[in-house]
Amino acid sequence: MKSFKFLALSAMIGAVLAFTSACGSKEETTNSGSQTEGNNTEQANEEGKQLQGEINIDGSSTVFPIMEAVAEEFNTEQPGVKVSVATSGTGGGFKAFIAGTTDMSNASRPIKDEEKAQLEEKGIEYTELKLANDGLSVVVSKDNTWVDYLTVDELKKMWLEDGTVKKWSDIREGWPEEEIKFYSPGTDSGTFDYFDEVILEEQPLVEKATLSEDDNILVQGVSGDKNAIGYFGYAYYAENKDKLKVVPIDAGNGPVEPTNETVESGEYAPLSRPLFTYVKNDSVKKEEVYEFVKFTIENAAQLAEDVGYVKLKDEEYTEALETLEGLK
Amino acid sequence: MKLINHTSVVKHMKPRLVINILFKSLFFAATLFGLLVLGILLYRIFTQGIAYLDMQFLQSLPSRKPEQAGIKTALVGTIWLMAVVAPISLSLGVGTAIYLEEYAKKNRFTSFIQVNISNLAGVPSIVFGLLGLTVFVRALSLGTSVLAAGLTMSLLVLPIIIVASQEAIRSVPKELREASFGMGATKWQTIVHVVLPAAIPGILTGGILALSRAIGETAPLVVLGLPLFLAFLPKSVFDMFTVLPMQIYNWTGRPQAEFQSLAAAGIIVLLVMLIIMNSIAVLIRNKYQKRF
Repeated sequence: MKSFKFLALSAMIGAVLAFTSACGSKEETTNSGSQTEGNNTEQANEEGKQLQGEINIDGSSTVFPIMEAVAEEFNTEQPGVKVSVATSGTGGGFKAFIAGTTDMSNASRPIKDEEKAQLEEKGIEYTELKLANDGLSVVVSKDNTWVDYLTVDELKKMWLEDGTVKKWSDIREGWPEEEIKFYSPGTDSGTFDYFDEVILEEQPLVEKATLSEDDNILVQGVSGDKNAIGYFGYAYYAENKDKLKVVPIDAGNGPVEPTNETVESGEYAPLSRPLFTYVKNDSVKKEEVYEFVKFTIENAAQLAEDVGYVKLKDEEYTEALETLEGLK
Repeated sequence: MKLINHTSVVKHMKPRLVINILFKSLFFAATLFGLLVLGILLYRIFTQGIAYLDMQFLQSLPSRKPEQAGIKTALVGTIWLMAVVAPISLSLGVGTAIYLEEYAKKNRFTSFIQVNISNLAGVPSIVFGLLGLTVFVRALSLGTSVLAAGLTMSLLVLPIIIVASQEAIRSVPKELREASFGMGATKWQTIVHVVLPAAIPGILTGGILALSRAIGETAPLVVLGLPLFLAFLPKSVFDMFTVLPMQIYNWTGRPQAEFQSLAAAGIIVLLVMLIIMNSIAVLIRNKYQKRF
């Protein structure tokens, strides 16, 4: 009996300890904001004014690194504003956006018509903002000696499911008679959606493709097999240049390799995809959201490059700022 | 007359010894295999992550710059989640187990419940995530709060706790109960003073296994739409939060190699938390184990 009480007591003490330790570290929040001084950005308007409030953001995990960086920098300026960024995916993000629980929704593809219709039904007005570009990179292994470039038609012929076994020799004369191994991001990802839409015109992708939600797995798969081909975001190629060979894409104007310059100028087509965030117009009327969105547009160029994406042209950001002013 | 044919014994001895040694080494190899894999895993994680593991890592917010990134929000969030899951799942689980073992009559209804509990233990965690999303996050509009996630996780681990607790209660010798009744104790007194103290080691083992699962789960929390980046800590169970496995999962998916090292450092922190939880359970268990 005594021991049972001891147990109950120790369990309670344990619970209290857990709570106090959680509370203890809480006090630090206000300090840490000022301790971790990031490289502050040029804008210094309303320096003295500390805003309060909450901003909820959800959506694509592809856009997440940019939003994380923005929220991180914004927090050093406005520690009173509670920004949270979730990663339910583009589609999951829009569901929450339609349910009205989020202020902003990140997306790695433009909003779909049915999502537009649902938002309309709920009476939610929104504004689309472009944040950056990502150059989807088609890659092969370093051991692949024959591929010098691919045309969009060749890509389509390669990746389209038509019931046959695909060999390199089927794609272009003179290439080895060996089976092509396909590596693709999973069907839930915006990357897959975009590739499917632009290259395959929404027809099914080869069934034999190895699908993975983790792009690092695709990197490993492609780099280890000379007959492999895969595609993913530019950042994953940029980090693994020593293991992978990028394939220049010819859309009719000669082969173009994805680089920061060709993606920014739009020369690398059609695989440059824009990354978006959708803002609820009602939310922008709140000062803290307005300031956050403004901060996002002003710093998107720098922060997007920091996390491995390609910035837009300067005038596109200026335009976005004007759109935002119109919403206030 | 000789009782034992010695020539035959000598003849059979050698193959028998060989078989003995064969099986011994086979089972040893099986044990070694598990240890080896664990060893490689730990070696990889520690060599990769230890460089990033310092106080700054524990006290900073996530960041796009690997050298400044930390897991403060995730670590505190995990502690909050445990503080909600542990009391809810243990009290509900042990309560159910006591009812099923001590009070419920053995009829069809009881066995129906029994079968369902066992089945629930095998349901993929993502299903519980969807349940939590519709019931707690949306219908009860708790949002992505500590409470909503804690309730979802409690449901997820409840079957494990119930089954383990039932097993522990069942293994308490019948003589003990009968002796207690014989002394004039009521059913409730018997349960509180005789059955439960004897069953505590088993219940705790199950409980800790269940909590260890809850601490490492990612899928249901992703479905709930838990945020990944937060610049603030929860102040009550109704606040938003994030947890360690989600942060680790996000880092492993990043293209930059430094983030993968950060993920390894996060895994070390998660492992240390698990080891602490397990050792507390082992301590309590050892204290009660030698009673009968």
